[in-house]
Amino acid sequence: MTRWLPRTYLTLVYLLLYAPIAVLVVFSFNDSRTGYEWGGLSWRWYESLFNNRAMVEAMWNSLWLALSAATVSTLIGALTALALHRYRFRGKKALNGMLFVVMMSPEIVLAISLLALFLLVGLQLGYVSLLLAHVTFCLPFVVITVMARLSGFDERLPEAARDLGASDFTMTRTVLIPVIMPALLAGWLLGFTLSLDDVVVSTFVSGPSYEILPLRIYSMVRVGLKPEVNALGTLLLMFSMVMLIMSQWILTRSKQ
Amino acid sequence: MKQTLLSLSELTKQFDSKTVLDSLSLDILDGEFITLLGPSGCGKTTLLRLMAGFEHPDGGTITLSGQDLTHTPPEHRPLNTVFQNYALFPHMSVFDNVAYGLKMEKCPKEEIRERVQEALAMVQLQDFARRKPHQLSGGQQQRVAIARAVVKRPRMLLLDEPLSALDYKLRRTMQVELKRLQRELGITFVFVTHDQEEALSMSDRVAVLKDGEIQQLGTPREVYERPANLFTARFVGETNLFPGLVEKTNGDDTVTVDVFGLKRTFAKPDFPLRDGQSLHVLLRPEDIRVLSPEASDGVSGKVVERNYKGSTLDSVIHLDDGTEVLASEFFDEDDPAFDYRLGEPVRVSWVDGWEWLLPEEEINPVGEESSVDA
Amino acid sequence: MRSAMRQPFKTAVLVLVWGWLLFLVLTPNLLVVGASVLTRDPGTFISLPLTLDAYRQLLNPLYLDVFLHSLYMAAMTTLVCLLIGYPFAWALSKVPRQRQVLLIFLLIVPFWTNSLVRTYALKLMLATNGLLNNALLSLGLIDQPLQLLYTEGAVIIGLVYLLLPFMILPLYSVFDDLREDLLRASHDLGAGHLATFVHVIVPLTLPGVLAGVMLVLLPAMGLFFVPDILGGSRNLLVGNVIKNQFLDARNWPFGAAASIVLTLTMAFLMFAHRLSKRRIGEEGA
Repeated sequence: MTRWLPRTYLTLVYLLLYAPIAVLVVFSFNDSRTGYEWGGLSWRWYESLFNNRAMVEAMWNSLWLALSAATVSTLIGALTALALHRYRFRGKKALNGMLFVVMMSPEIVLAISLLALFLLVGLQLGYVSLLLAHVTFCLPFVVITVMARLSGFDERLPEAARDLGASDFTMTRTVLIPVIMPALLAGWLLGFTLSLDDVVVSTFVSGPSYEILPLRIYSMVRVGLKPEVNALGTLLLMFSMVMLIMSQWILTRSKQ
Repeated sequence: MKQTLLSLSELTKQFDSKTVLDSLSLDILDGEFITLLGPSGCGKTTLLRLMAGFEHPDGGTITLSGQDLTHTPPEHRPLNTVFQNYALFPHMSVFDNVAYGLKMEKCPKEEIRERVQEALAMVQLQDFARRKPHQLSGGQQQRVAIARAVVKRPRMLLLDEPLSALDYKLRRTMQVELKRLQRELGITFVFVTHDQEEALSMSDRVAVLKDGEIQQLGTPREVYERPANLFTARFVGETNLFPGLVEKTNGDDTVTVDVFGLKRTFAKPDFPLRDGQSLHVLLRPEDIRVLSPEASDGVSGKVVERNYKGSTLDSVIHLDDGTEVLASEFFDEDDPAFDYRLGEPVRVSWVDGWEWLLPEEEINPVGEESSVDA
Repeated sequence: MRSAMRQPFKTAVLVLVWGWLLFLVLTPNLLVVGASVLTRDPGTFISLPLTLDAYRQLLNPLYLDVFLHSLYMAAMTTLVCLLIGYPFAWALSKVPRQRQVLLIFLLIVPFWTNSLVRTYALKLMLATNGLLNNALLSLGLIDQPLQLLYTEGAVIIGLVYLLLPFMILPLYSVFDDLREDLLRASHDLGAGHLATFVHVIVPLTLPGVLAGVMLVLLPAMGLFFVPDILGGSRNLLVGNVIKNQFLDARNWPFGAAASIVLTLTMAFLMFAHRLSKRRIGEEGA
């Protein structure tokens, strides 16, 4: 196999992958309304975006939801991973199985099952229902991320801590948590991304009281072309990248 | 007189501007068991890979019975390799693994079955045909790898440190097995190892390598008893190196040498000598005689370490001037004076005629080899 | 030895985790199974008596048609992802280690743009007077703009664009695990490149292929917003059907039944994946 073939192929695929995103970013600054011709650089779509109160509210709602879902799922996920890794208990396999089911299920299956549950219980669809749903589908990913870190972990460190007199809880707090911190961060980011990006599940379990971005965007793009969407997309992308860079920075600092 | 089967001529190979093999030439004889021996990074594995066809040399040629193989891909060379980690196909049974090579030759099914059974019987694994590699022990996997290679009846078998992952006892057993197999099949074996004991016990000839160059090529005995240089002397087995000073060359092909103040007469070596020249006197631990302090012969010293090894008593003795001497003597239970204690004063000597002389070279620590896995 | 402190913490954690999973995973799924065998009710969505009507409705030629068409599009999506992703993963596994991390990172970055937004970007590019057509026209390669949107092709392109990394990552994982000495052994024993590919590489990467298929095929049947944005009403996915039944037509039993069928497909694929792993000696999923 010639050397250049794999490299060219990789480059080609990456270009195709990024083309629509590039289009998005570039056209978010396009002054022209029709969206196909270049009308010069302009911030007008960003302005229009921020002037749209409903839009801004949806943005905040989505962000807050993602933040809280990521945090709660990281908490529960970390505890789950710790329990799976350290303790023996009956039904371990069943637990693993259920997590696996959640991860592998098509989103739509997850969505309707949760909708059925919420309606049965009489839960008003809104922030709470969204939060519960998002935490549920983020959970397995956090667990896997933390477990991966735990499996490469020196088993004798917690034993040493116990030997020196620390209780189970203290030992977990002072020894295990610092070790898995990078995994916690990675899991949190993963959860944040999944939540922010979610469309399918959110479509089913959200209600009028808590409007989130995907649904706003959805209604916008079905009708025609709205250049504000470009601006929105670019903003989301920038935001995620900033978060990632920040987390990398924190991680490299913590290693010192 | 054996014929040359494979001729390696002026082979050069570089990796990332590091020269691993430098104009190396070697003729491998038909039907012999030859071992490439050397520390890690000496180029022995690279040499094997060049022979197998997994690498192409930057210079030089490889010829098999007159046919140029230098740039032939591995699938077209009549050579087969037994890999270090066996490289058995995990998704195939033992039978299918061994049959693979024959399948590639488009052999008829009946013939494949016959030959595979034969090969498995040769390594005593006939009953394991349906098993998968992960169900076998290391030693069994090893044997399947061998069967897979020999079933194709290659002109030459290349073995890349095949026994390094096995435990001691299994290793010894396999060494005997491989030697027997080689004799039975009559195929040329090219064996790569860093274990000198293994090399000596199995080979017809040994090629000692260092930094991509052959230091010495000879029978195990030649390499052990008459090493060509300091490196070979120290790599193949333990050794003592005493400093010697030539007093005078005698007419009867002997030479008088001053060693630690003793005047000893040695046979004249192959290299030229002048009076007053320094040289190394090589004595293996088993050549050393440990005498009681009252003895008239020898140099005085003190026992620093003493290891009872069952059949031998190995000791480390520090001479008065600080020189460390390794001695290994057969344990004689009847001799009460033989067993000495730590710290005991003794005298060290040897039998003239058992030594080997080498011209003076700078002594580098033996362990200082490059860490590149070549 | 159990210290007094050990139990409370462990118990608390287990209660929390089990509770969550039982309440939010097991129960909802059981509800769906239950709903699929109940009768449709305009008021409370579902009511007794038990019936298999919903499943029978699935066999209605109209819905069967949609289902098969959706399956076809999902299969095409999976195939395209496989064709693009297999060589990609192979090439990626050969890149030096440090670069690999960067490249995988670059693979995931597009995910930080909302899927809807990305699909919309595709719409921009594929529209009749969109970027692609304009580029092709100005290059003189075509005379008339191509009808790309609102076609089956558009849906497939959209799905591939969103799901490609899910095919690439498991494939990359198996290629990464592929031992080089196995390939050398194959050549050493007389196999050329094609034979090595067929007899060694394909069987050993098969678990990765199946994992990728699992991760692509099912979502490809469920991502309803893609046809909504790119495909128009003639190219619906099973996901669209389920969504319509649940949210618009309020036919829960039917929606649930369709969802169960999807789940069974998933279970089947998982089973096949497990088998392929066992074949090469890796026990456990």
